[in-house]
This record gives sequence, structure tokens and C-alpha cells, in this order.
Amino acid sequence: MLGGVEAAPISRRTIAMKPAPVTPTDRGGEDVSNVAIDFTAVKKSYGQKVVVDQLSFTVASGECFGLLGPNGAGKSTIARMILGMSSPSAGKITVLGEKVPARARLARKRIGVVPQADNLDLEFTVRENLLVFGRYFGMTAKDVEKITPSLLEFARLESKADARVTELSGGMKRRLTLARALINDPEILILDEPTTGLDPHARHLIWERLRALLSRGKTILLTTHFMEEAERLCDRLCVLEAGRKIAEGPPHALIDEQIGCPVIEVYGGDPNELCALVKPLAQRTEISGETLFCYAPDPEQVLARLRGRTGLRVLQRPPNLEDVFLRLTGREMRD
Amino acid sequence: MWEQYAAALPANAWNWSAVWRRNYMAWRKAALASLLGNLAEPMSALFGLGFGLGLMIGQVDGISYIAFLAAGMIATSAMISATFETVYGAFARMHAQRTWDAILCTELTLGDVVLGELAWAATKAVLAGTGITIVAAALGYAAWPSIPYALPAIALTGVAFASLAMVVIALAPSYDYFVFYQTLFLTPMMYLCGAIFPVTQLPIALQRVAEALPLAHSIDLIRPAMLDRDASSVGLHVGVLCIYTIVAFVVSALLLRRRLMR
Ligand SMILES: Nc1ncnc2c1ncn2[C@@H]1O[C@H](COP(=O)(O)OP(=O)(O)OP(=O)(O)O)[C@@H](O)[C@H]1O
Ligand SMILES: [Mg+2]
Repeated sequence: MLGGVEAAPISRRTIAMKPAPVTPTDRGGEDVSNVAIDFTAVKKSYGQKVVVDQLSFTVASGECFGLLGPNGAGKSTIARMILGMSSPSAGKITVLGEKVPARARLARKRIGVVPQADNLDLEFTVRENLLVFGRYFGMTAKDVEKITPSLLEFARLESKADARVTELSGGMKRRLTLARALINDPEILILDEPTTGLDPHARHLIWERLRALLSRGKTILLTTHFMEEAERLCDRLCVLEAGRKIAEGPPHALIDEQIGCPVIEVYGGDPNELCALVKPLAQRTEISGETLFCYAPDPEQVLARLRGRTGLRVLQRPPNLEDVFLRLTGREMRD
Repeated sequence: MWEQYAAALPANAWNWSAVWRRNYMAWRKAALASLLGNLAEPMSALFGLGFGLGLMIGQVDGISYIAFLAAGMIATSAMISATFETVYGAFARMHAQRTWDAILCTELTLGDVVLGELAWAATKAVLAGTGITIVAAALGYAAWPSIPYALPAIALTGVAFASLAMVVIALAPSYDYFVFYQTLFLTPMMYLCGAIFPVTQLPIALQRVAEALPLAHSIDLIRPAMLDRDASSVGLHVGVLCIYTIVAFVVSALLLRRRLMR
């Protein structure tokens, strides 16, 4: 079942340097079959508290769309609304052509979910978890048995098939949750912080698995706190703060647009003094803790000025999503 | 507008069985211990009260006290099994274990989950009730041929009390609240509804109260069956239990929707 999916409807970006913006309008205007998830002016409030505010976005089928935002930005709430587990206070949601929440059950047939908190059945083994979950999609034990080997292989859990969930490591549990999410051969995957709490090795393994899914044409909506994860996997991102969209676009377009020049990190001295020193040469500077971030189109000039000072640690690097995130949700936003 | 509530209703007539089978699979792993635990309490009540009090009381309603008590203990144990399975088992699956959260990401609706849990709790009630019925029959306190008539009544008792308990877990913030339900509702009901002594012993006002309580109707169905007597007003008793079941099911599903699908 995992191998049987047609090639991705859109060509995926393979080299991170060249962003290929994927918006539905790029591919034939109103063709709704290309739209996996559509939010139009969605609002969600709990009592007086507005958690999602006038949010509109569209996820094209086959793309990986990232939701980025600090704790409490509304990412999980958005994921729950897509599944019909929470009703919007206003606005319109369409998922795979079905109106949500009214017809969410029909949409859910074609969706796989990795929730923020693991909710595997601890009483059961790995294999039993898949069996029980398959039944929730109307599958027989035979149906599930047939695909279990391929799911276990995909999740690299072949040797753990008969282990109880309580015996699995965090990374294994996450991979089992991912395998479980694939049991109904979904078109869309909703992944709420799939790698939070995992070690780098486990995280890389999940990333590799997710890329394999994308190359099979699955649509992924991913929420994350890891900029690297978003930068690596997502075709497009939506940055949220307090339920509002504050930026949207392909990761590299966002980096170019928001930062657009090399970054020099300096620490080991008095950041305020150093800031005064290099400010005239930089487009923008920012102090975060003991580190000075210097955004300079001509980094050589900055480096030259710092040369000769002892005890400084200086790092020059290309701008990344972390810089964008800090700029959009950090101190600068509130100035 | 109507569609808003679709999630609180079962999507079809069979989805619930996936939830039942999940619980059955989990139960099977510790079936023996669970069965013993379920039977031990009503058995000790039956023999303790039956033999002990039976000596002093002699006959009740023209039969030995222990035979009278057997039907009461069957109905009570069905009530308790269904209730405990719901307030502890189902509540854990909803709350701490997040099993329901996982299920609600699938094709099933909340209504399917609730129905599956009710069916499972009723199954446990049938297991407990049947166990005592068989022991009572083996000891000669009940008529064997009547067991097939008692079974549906035990099952109906199970669903009715599971539905009521579902309302309780829809409202309870934590386990601590279940004690109130037990001490303020279930235990008094056991004394009021003719499980331990005939309802006719009560003042007339309390007899009226008992008529409205579900356990009284369960006992009025189960006791004649156990004693191989003709039951009266079967339609009324079944009807009352059905009304309790359906109203509590709908109310609990709506309350749970409000609680879980905010
Ligand atoms: N049932 C609820 N009742 C009241 N407020 C809620 C409820 N669920 C979520 N919230 C609030 O909504 C806001 C957004 O929560 P949400 O879980 O969507 O954030 P998030 O972006 O997923 O955060 P995190 O990164 O920590 O997972 C938070 O302020 C949270 O307190
Ligand atoms: Mg979250």
C-alpha cells in the first residue's frame, strides 16, 4: 500500500538553494482538486480569548506546509480544526473537498494524524496497536495483517513487532505513531510537532521518512518549533503569532525577504560596546543574551573592524529561518 | 445547524464494534483476574447476607431469603460492573490514556466511541450478572430454564447504568467525583429498589420514589425470571430502562461533545 501511490503531482525541490514556490494558483487557477486544505478567514475563540484570528491559507496537494510559531500561537488548535475536533467560531474550512467540521468524518477517512502528545495504546504490542487502529477505519484483521510488514519496515520497527509500547523509546513511539497514521493510506498527513523531544539521530530518521512520504505524493501539514526541520522539509511556511499570520512563503523566500544578507554572530565581549562599534557597517543588529547578531551585506568590513580584538568568538554564516523567526516573533516585532 | 451535532451521534450501526473489540482485546489480557474481581464482591454479599440473615428471616415472598436476594445481587452487580467499567475504564481511556483522542482522528465519531463503550460496559455487566446467576442456579436458588429470560434483562440493566455513568464522566473533572455518584445515587438505590428486602417494606412515599428508579425495574424483570414466576408489566419495565438508556446516551454524547470538541 505504501508503494502504490502515484508520483508526486508537483516536482519537489531537491536542492535547498533553489526555492520552488508552490501555490495553488501556480498550477491552473481554480482546480479545486489540487487544494488539500483551505482556510478562509477562520477565527477561533475560547470565551473572550481569541486563539486563531482571521486566518486564511491554502495547502496544495502534494506540498509540505509548515506552521511555525511560539508556544500558544494556535498551531495545535488549527490542526484540531482541520480534523473537525474543534469547530471554528467563524470562517470556512474545506479539507479534501469536504466542508469541515460538518463533513469532517469523510475527510478523516483520507487523513493520517500524528498528534502532539503520543496516544498509543500502552496495553498493546506494536502489532496490536496497528490492528486496533485499522479497525477504526473499517479494516479487517486480514487487511491490517497484509500491510503491517510494510508499515513496520517503513517505521524501522521490524524487530519490535511484538514488543509492548511501554518498552519502546521515545523515537520508536513517534515512528509507530507515524506508521499508525499511515494505516488508511491517507492523502494528507497532519503532523503536530512530530520530532519534539527526540534526539538528533531519531529526528533525522523521521525527517528522512517524511521526505519519503512527500516523494510518494502525500500532502503534509507540519507544525514545529525546529527551524531546521521547517527549512528542510517545507515547501511553504506560515509563521503565526498569537493566532495571527505574520508571514507566509517558501522558507528561502522568507529568508531573502526578511534578512537577505549574511549574519555575523559575535560573543565573548560586551555586546553593547561591540554593537556600537559595528552598527554603522550593518544593516541591522540585534543583541540576544550575550550574543550580538549583525546582519551585514558586506561582512568583510565588519570582520575587519573586529579584527585585533582578543577574546572574541566570531562566526559568519548564511542567514537561516531562525533569524527570520527571531525577527518576526522576537523583540523587533514589539518595538 | 443540525450537522454541528452529527459528531455526537453514531455514524452508522457498526462503527462502535471497533471500540468494543479494542476493549475486549485489552480485557482478554487480564481476563481471569478481572472476572474474579467482578464476582467476588456480589458473591460474598450473597452468601454473607443470604446465609447469615437468612437464618433470622426465614421466608420472604414465599421463598427462602437467599433465593430472594440472588436476583437483587444479580441486578446490583450488573449495575455496579457497568458503572465501574464506565467511570474508571472509559474515563481513563477518555482522560489519562487519550485513547479516545486517537480514535477521534479516525473514521469514527464521538457517538460511535460512546456507543462502543456502552456496549462494552454492558458486556461486563452481563459477565458479572451471568456468573452469579449460574452459581445461584447451581446451588438451587434459581430455576435453570429461566436463565435465558434473565440474560436480556441483565444486559439492559448494564446499558442503562453505563449510559447514566457516561453522563457522570462527561461532567466529572476527576476521579474524585465518582464517589459521590456511588454514595448518593447507587447505594441508596440498592436499598430502595428491592434488592435486599421487598419494596413493600418501605413507607409508601419511598415506594413511589423507587418506582422511578431504574434498578427497581431491573429487579422486577430479573427476579420473576430467576424464580420462574410470571412477570408483570414487562413492557413498562423494559420501557423505563430503555428511556433511561436513550435519554442518558443522548445527553452524555452532547455533554462529551462540549467537553472534548471545544
Ligand atoms: N480547550 C481550550 N480552552 C481554552 N483555551 C484553550 C483551549 N485549547 C487551547 N487553548 C488556548 O489556545 C492557545 C493556542 O493553543 P495551541 O495548543 O493551539 O497552541 P500551540 O501553537 O499548539 O502551542 P504549542 O507550541 O505549545 O503546542 C493557547 O493559549 C491555549 O491556552
Ligand atoms: Mg501545540
